[in-house]
Amino acid sequence: MAETTHPQHITGAEIVIRCLEQENVKFVFGYPGGAVLHIYDAIYKQGHFKHILVRHEQAAVHAADAFSRATGEVGVALVTSGPGATNAITGIATAYMDSIPLVVISGQVPVPAIGLDAFQEVDMVGVTRPCVKHNFLVKDVKDIATTLKKAFYIAKTGRPGPVVVDIPKDITAHFADFVYPESVEMRSYNPVTKGHSGQIKKAVKLLLEAKRPMVYTGGGLVLGDASELLVKLVKALGVPVTNTLMGLGGYPSTDKQFLGMLGMHGTYEANMAMQDCDVLLAVGARFDDRVIGNTDHFYSKDRTIIHVDIDPSSISKRVKVHVPIVGDVKSVLAEMNELVALEKPTQSPALKAWWTQIESWRGKLCLDYSNNNGLIKPQYVIEKLWEVTKGDAYVTSDVGQHQMWAAQYYKFDKPRRWINSGGLGTMGVGLPYAMGCQFADPTAQVACVTGEGSIQMNIQELSTCKQYSLPIKVILLNNRYLGMVRQWQEFFYENRYSESYMDSLPDFVKLAESYGHVGMQITKPEDVEGALKEAFDMKSRFVFMDFITDQKENVFPMIPNGKGLSEMILAEDL
Amino acid sequence: MRHIVSLLMENEAGALSRVAGLFSARGYNIESLTVAPTEDPTLSRMTIVTSGSDDVIEQIIKQLNKLVDVVKVLDLNDGKFIERELMLVKVKATGAFREEMKRMCDIFRGRIIDVADGTFTIELTGSGHKLDAFIEGLDNAAILETVRTGASGIGRGDRILKV
Repeated sequence: MAETTHPQHITGAEIVIRCLEQENVKFVFGYPGGAVLHIYDAIYKQGHFKHILVRHEQAAVHAADAFSRATGEVGVALVTSGPGATNAITGIATAYMDSIPLVVISGQVPVPAIGLDAFQEVDMVGVTRPCVKHNFLVKDVKDIATTLKKAFYIAKTGRPGPVVVDIPKDITAHFADFVYPESVEMRSYNPVTKGHSGQIKKAVKLLLEAKRPMVYTGGGLVLGDASELLVKLVKALGVPVTNTLMGLGGYPSTDKQFLGMLGMHGTYEANMAMQDCDVLLAVGARFDDRVIGNTDHFYSKDRTIIHVDIDPSSISKRVKVHVPIVGDVKSVLAEMNELVALEKPTQSPALKAWWTQIESWRGKLCLDYSNNNGLIKPQYVIEKLWEVTKGDAYVTSDVGQHQMWAAQYYKFDKPRRWINSGGLGTMGVGLPYAMGCQFADPTAQVACVTGEGSIQMNIQELSTCKQYSLPIKVILLNNRYLGMVRQWQEFFYENRYSESYMDSLPDFVKLAESYGHVGMQITKPEDVEGALKEAFDMKSRFVFMDFITDQKENVFPMIPNGKGLSEMILAEDL
Repeated sequence: MRHIVSLLMENEAGALSRVAGLFSARGYNIESLTVAPTEDPTLSRMTIVTSGSDDVIEQIIKQLNKLVDVVKVLDLNDGKFIERELMLVKVKATGAFREEMKRMCDIFRGRIIDVADGTFTIELTGSGHKLDAFIEGLDNAAILETVRTGASGIGRGDRILKV
């Protein structure tokens, strides 16, 4: 007689663990507390995934987020109710703005206590509603497995995003049979995958007939793992390509057809080509206000826009498009490549003339900077970082001037290597992002490019890095200013540097050492390269590098707020 | 332009707040919103009266479709439809007012559903315009209380919103 397997009768806490195991989760980033004690007890008894104890819940979510950005897998964070849950919000909102798949499990007060202002109670489902793809409150132990199955499915399909699962404490102590559903059927959720073939044909025809074609790709291309297909298409068509801040690495930066990043701090050639092209292919990008600051100025030139995106609501939201294609970027680009291959395009005289025009824009050398005042230029540090790491590091950043310099001067050739908060612009992500990357790829070089403002927003994670011996290298571009704030105050507020000066800074070398790490301070340009080599040679050590940089350096090019793509301020203009 | 958007959504706790939250977060107008379960108790039907340019309405429909709990969305203004709203009005009904109120009620094909010393409560259904006209037709001083449900709408003929 065939043996029948009976489902196991286990606690809700154990069911949570078994679900994570079924989803093949390798790391859970979290912080314990009252409402999740049963879950932590179940974690103690399991051996399937590693729990990473952070020092603040915000860092748990950021680390899970970076793990996902680096690997493409769903990141998982676990926090307790009340303050644990609210501390996680910035991390969740950051992931939401950049469409990163996460499952965040939060503890909740016991069901009978909900709504009674219990100790450490907060309405997590209500608080997170505007910054999650979806969220659930589980009120019955029998629903835990199906809810978590749905959470993972929703997080990673369609346009990805964070999903919160709020689980009351009493539910985790109740018993139920554990059966993990094989699949999910939701009548209300059926994300599109394949693009409309008629529209795809139309798009390819437009691209082949274009006189001044341009390709613009964003974070969606990276999330959709479609880089190789993009390279194939761009090569076959012989067209120029630009990436957004979120899309860097989507196309190899060292390739000749790459015009650099576009937007507020994009290159002259990328922004000019965006403005002057006659056919624009946008892939997994959303024409946001840091890319097209002034839509009326953008409309002042005629061009036909093809927009490929998995989210219909991203299409014609800020900029009207002519050929919308809703679908998975990978499947759409594959179909485009097949059609282009049939045509065997050759370079037309018009395309040749377009490239001549682009080369003349490129000749402006808009990223040149002067390096002769005896002070360390932040751009120089990033260039040397690229050389020393052979362009192959995971580079995380915080938010501000250093972020823009890292984006402009580190030439990313691979996707999922540039990890930063593009949409929400969250200061403090850099160090926890570096942690997530290092867990994702333990032997890789991981550099956290940061500022002295940002790094202090999650500095406590130096302790986590010590506990797990993470050999991260912190590249602090220390200009003793909130640099981007100062730059705007210089340009638009007549040098009134209101509250943008970072006074009373710690001795970062001693601070790093007190956490058991290596600290270095670099004050001379001639020491930059040697120090970077020395740091990256310490393969098993966390090294905190405090570069004392030129205080007055600004990020160029810059499109002032509300100005058009061709209205850039260049360094040479000043 | 004024639009009536109908949608079917999972009848789950918090579903209404997702829709209401979407409208406030993205700055869309809500003139009225009504919601109740359908013949299938797992589904709720919601009617939202909103206004905006064509671009805004297009975004509203897309954003509603994006909500995980929303099963189907229909912009009733894309075709022919019927719209009805229910109103209850409590009015002064003393002396000469009493006969006047009865007459107004008859003209608008309303019904008096509660009679008390000095007051009538009138039930009236129709389009929002009809209800507005009734209110305007009454002496303002005679109105003690009004309550309106907001519009419900349904497509004409074989335009059907169903799962």
